[in-house]
Amino acid sequence: MNGDTTILETKGLRKHFGDLAAVAGVDIGFREKELTAVIGPNGAGKTTFFNLVTGRLKPTSGKVYFRGTDITGLTPYQIARKGISRIFQITNLFPELTVYENIRVAVLSKMRETARMLTLDRNLKGANDETGRILEIVGLSDKRNSMCGLLSHGDQRLLETGVALAIDPVLLLLDEPTGGMGPEETDEMVKFTRGLIEKQDITVLLVEHDMSVVFSIAERIVVMHQGEIIADGKPDEIKVDIRVREAYLGEE
Amino acid sequence: MTKTESSGRLFSLAWRPQIYGSVIVILGLALAPLFLTEFLKVFATEMLIMALFALAFNLLFGYTGLLSFGHAAYFSIGAYTCGLTMLKVSPSIPLAFIAGILLATFTAWIIGYFCVRLDEIYFAMLTLAFGMMIHTILWKWDSMTGGADGLVGIPRPHLWLFDLSNITTYYYFTLIIVCICVVILWVIVNSPFGLILKSIRENHERVEFVGINMRRYRLLSFVMSGLFCGVAGVLFAPFEMSLAPDIAFWTKSAEPVFMSLLGGMSIFLGPAVGAAIYMYLKEIISGYTELWMIYLGAVLIGFVIFLPGGIVGFVHRKLYAVGKETP
Repeated sequence: MNGDTTILETKGLRKHFGDLAAVAGVDIGFREKELTAVIGPNGAGKTTFFNLVTGRLKPTSGKVYFRGTDITGLTPYQIARKGISRIFQITNLFPELTVYENIRVAVLSKMRETARMLTLDRNLKGANDETGRILEIVGLSDKRNSMCGLLSHGDQRLLETGVALAIDPVLLLLDEPTGGMGPEETDEMVKFTRGLIEKQDITVLLVEHDMSVVFSIAERIVVMHQGEIIADGKPDEIKVDIRVREAYLGEE
Repeated sequence: MTKTESSGRLFSLAWRPQIYGSVIVILGLALAPLFLTEFLKVFATEMLIMALFALAFNLLFGYTGLLSFGHAAYFSIGAYTCGLTMLKVSPSIPLAFIAGILLATFTAWIIGYFCVRLDEIYFAMLTLAFGMMIHTILWKWDSMTGGADGLVGIPRPHLWLFDLSNITTYYYFTLIIVCICVVILWVIVNSPFGLILKSIRENHERVEFVGINMRRYRLLSFVMSGLFCGVAGVLFAPFEMSLAPDIAFWTKSAEPVFMSLLGGMSIFLGPAVGAAIYMYLKEIISGYTELWMIYLGAVLIGFVIFLPGGIVGFVHRKLYAVGKETP
């Protein structure tokens, strides 16, 4: 495998909500181990695109291919098992479970231990080590016994990333990981995301509104507007693209 | 080693008193018949059966987050199958028990298959509808179930050397089976499977995105819950020695709901304590008035409003308030 392998590809992907075409025919491929940022004004269809890829929504028409196989119309859990993981725009976790247990759920799923009924969970040595390892990665080891719902917003975002990572994804979709964060938390998240690609060897797709974040970590930028891709290229090319400026005019 | 220690810290804090407590409770229950009158032995036996019923129900309610209003179905199918097997096939406890548990489990599988597709109120309504179907079958299928008169003359045969017709023996027999089931249920809720159930309760959509087939786990929970309700049912048939279709009526399905709320659905033994309190209150109040349901209802309303975690939940919070981490 080299960096030119296409990992995710969509063909004529469309999603209509009544008369509104939230995603209006997207043909795009994403290369392995490349950090791509998907940007665009509110309502451009970025989150809908993520929802179509991860099976949360079924496309009106079009196809999604992951590592060459058609995954269109599969359920979220089938897609997750193939190696696509995500975090949500609005934090989506298990509030009344501890930090440790949140990660644990994903670890058990990856290790295919979830159907064990007659073994005490704490006695699974392999899963204990693995859960500890993921907690280290996201830096929440010292908060492992805190209730997830009581964590700060920034820690919850990190925890959700940890849950997403714990299933060892090939492709990770981050939907506004720094949304609602202060500058310090944002810096930490940027550092963390960078580290991910260097150390964990995965492909990341990122939806992000903070342009300083986008231009500091993305290797490629895809711009969406009204459900279509209007620009696609290296950060330097996007910076000077006239259509992108038009789309954002009056937005920021 | 240190890692396992610290990861298990929260559990062991909560577990150690539970283990000591359980030993005391089991000892108490084992010695109880020495001090109880015949009437109270009968009462205590029924309490044990209902405690198991409530705990089995709470696997689905408290741990998986699904409120079933039709759990009397599995209890009554266990009971009726057990009674019918003894009356029509052979008065053998092992045979009748196995038949009853199997049929209750199988029924839970079929009904659960349809119900786990729905959430919240829709799930509750569908379980209620299936529960009423089972009630109607037991009530109207005269030739098989005895209709409104039910089954009478269910024997309490010998089991090896033990004469179960003696209430003390039947009490111990029930105690042993209930204890075994409670231990199994405890292991289940603390197993990897149990954690997945809790995660489904917390967020049934999110769990799919880590690769878990949520409906399959809901169904497994439903089936295991039905199985243990079936065990409570088979224990009930020779205990009562007669069965009427009202044990399948929706009011019977509401009992484990009350018991779980009374005792506390988020604590493993909460529903069992709730069962004891519920039955005690019912017994006391119905001694004074036929309108016992009004008073019992009032007590329950008070509990739900003022002690939302149930009695055991309340005590637990008070006891652990000191040791709990602050956010």
